[in-house]
Amino acid sequence: MRSEFLKAALISLLLFLIFIGAWHMATLPKESATLAGANAEYAALMGKGAEKSGGFPPPAEVGRAFVTYLSDPFYDRGPNDKGIAIQLAHSLGRVGMGFFLAVLVALPLGFAIGMSPLLTRALDPFIQVLKPVSPLAWMPLALYTLKDSSVSGVFVIFICSIWPMLINTAFGVASVRRDWLNVARTLEVRPLRKAFLVILPAAAPTILTGMRISMGIAWLVIVAAEMLVGGTGIGYFVWNEWNNLALPNVIFAITMIGVVGMLLDMVFGRLQKLVTYRE
Amino acid sequence: MSSHFLLVEALKKVYPSGAGGKDNPPVFEDIHFHIDKGEFVCIVGHSGCGKTTILNVLAGLEQATAGDAFMDGREVKGPSLDRGVVFQSHALMPWMSVLGNVAFAVKSKWPDWSRDKITAHCTRYLEMVGLGQSIHKKPSELSGGMKQRVGIARAFAIQPKMLLLDEPFGALDALTRGTIQDELLKIVQATHQTVFMITHDVDEAILLADKILLMSNGPHAKIAEIVEITMPRQRTRAAIHHDPQYYLIRNHLVDFLVNRSKSYAGADAEMFHDAKNPPVVRPGLERERAPVLTLTTETPAPPLKRAINH
Repeated sequence: MRSEFLKAALISLLLFLIFIGAWHMATLPKESATLAGANAEYAALMGKGAEKSGGFPPPAEVGRAFVTYLSDPFYDRGPNDKGIAIQLAHSLGRVGMGFFLAVLVALPLGFAIGMSPLLTRALDPFIQVLKPVSPLAWMPLALYTLKDSSVSGVFVIFICSIWPMLINTAFGVASVRRDWLNVARTLEVRPLRKAFLVILPAAAPTILTGMRISMGIAWLVIVAAEMLVGGTGIGYFVWNEWNNLALPNVIFAITMIGVVGMLLDMVFGRLQKLVTYRE
Repeated sequence: MSSHFLLVEALKKVYPSGAGGKDNPPVFEDIHFHIDKGEFVCIVGHSGCGKTTILNVLAGLEQATAGDAFMDGREVKGPSLDRGVVFQSHALMPWMSVLGNVAFAVKSKWPDWSRDKITAHCTRYLEMVGLGQSIHKKPSELSGGMKQRVGIARAFAIQPKMLLLDEPFGALDALTRGTIQDELLKIVQATHQTVFMITHDVDEAILLADKILLMSNGPHAKIAEIVEITMPRQRTRAAIHHDPQYYLIRNHLVDFLVNRSKSYAGADAEMFHDAKNPPVVRPGLERERAPVLTLTTETPAPPLKRAINH
């Protein structure tokens, strides 16, 4: 098992090196002296140093971006120039807020829907219609009614996180084993105690699966939402660097988004493991 | 009426049929019986005669279509802590420890008990079923027999007036079943608990019961006979089959299940069978007694009816 793990790590590392190598080879500056000489004047006219290549950035350049940003993640030099940690913190703050609000709504509502077949049927059409709507489609409405771009971002996260949680909670609650409910009934357990000590733990694995999916979607959506509303956040950072034509920074941001997304998923994976029971 | 601890009168259950069809025949009807305090009653019958439904009605988990059940002079309406239920599938909550499962029940019965008192109480009952060593384990770490013991401890721990057991040993292997039967027997003899139990196992019924309710086949199932187990109450699994009464009773029960259980439906059955007062028989005391229904087994049923019953 241990050696399997090592082997896998080795192969991962090898693949990564091959990828970097191929990338490096593909972005080597072309050695055509005559062309370079002819263009030098043009390049100078365009306000660029001759040594700067206009093509796709080579890995070394991206590496430099990694080093610069990671060596000072917390600086703040005005609205368009903040450290990566600050940008990520803004995004995480919005995701956390929207997600938390979604939990507050989705858990009780999902409980109610799961407990009552009537409510399930009554609310089903709304859920089915609203669920497939891209969360960004809410943005104009949110901007118009909430009149604040940051709050609108939170709202978009809220609206996209709510569906998987709601549906999974309702499903988990509705499919709690009859036997356990019967035990609670024969013991005359009061409704609140039953909800917290029987139904919630029984449905917890399903509910956490929903939360994990929601968090994944929220992290996907926040980038797009921040590109739209601007101001702060990792999505805005990506857009800003695109406008600066600083592709190394964009690649750096993409990696950061991936890493943070993975960490979030790991946290929820852990939580899921915590509430999962073996029968 | 109030002289009996548990009284069941004219119980009937009809399950609603699917979309728009005409009504299903009742699973059982005209169920009359009573249980006295401290009695151990087993109910035996083929699958589909509604045994579990009767138990669920007594537990308050299901509503009968007609008829009433009274316990201790009060009508049985909905579930109650006065009746402990042991479920066939043990129904332990897998996220709680063994102790937690029993404590959940005890806390439901006595909400204002202190934590220590609850733990002590639960431990006592878990030790009674031989699980003193594993109180902190999760149900998933236990064998099937041990899980069912926890279920039994949980039911006993709330000290119900009556215990309802829905085929508690059905899913266990024969050896485990034997040891748990012995334990149940000991506990019941010590506590004089009133018990109503479903079983498919004739030997189990003879070992444990004071009387056995024999049910005819469903639909229109009825209580065909009440068999009194006349052997002395101090029974053990090891010695019971040496009792001369044992095989008389056993043969009577098997005869019923194999031959007679299907002949109680229809109009001709009403001529010889009074569902309100099903015959009480003591096969253990009557040597070579002719079966109650010799008459019907010898006169062949009409061919059509035969075809339906088989």
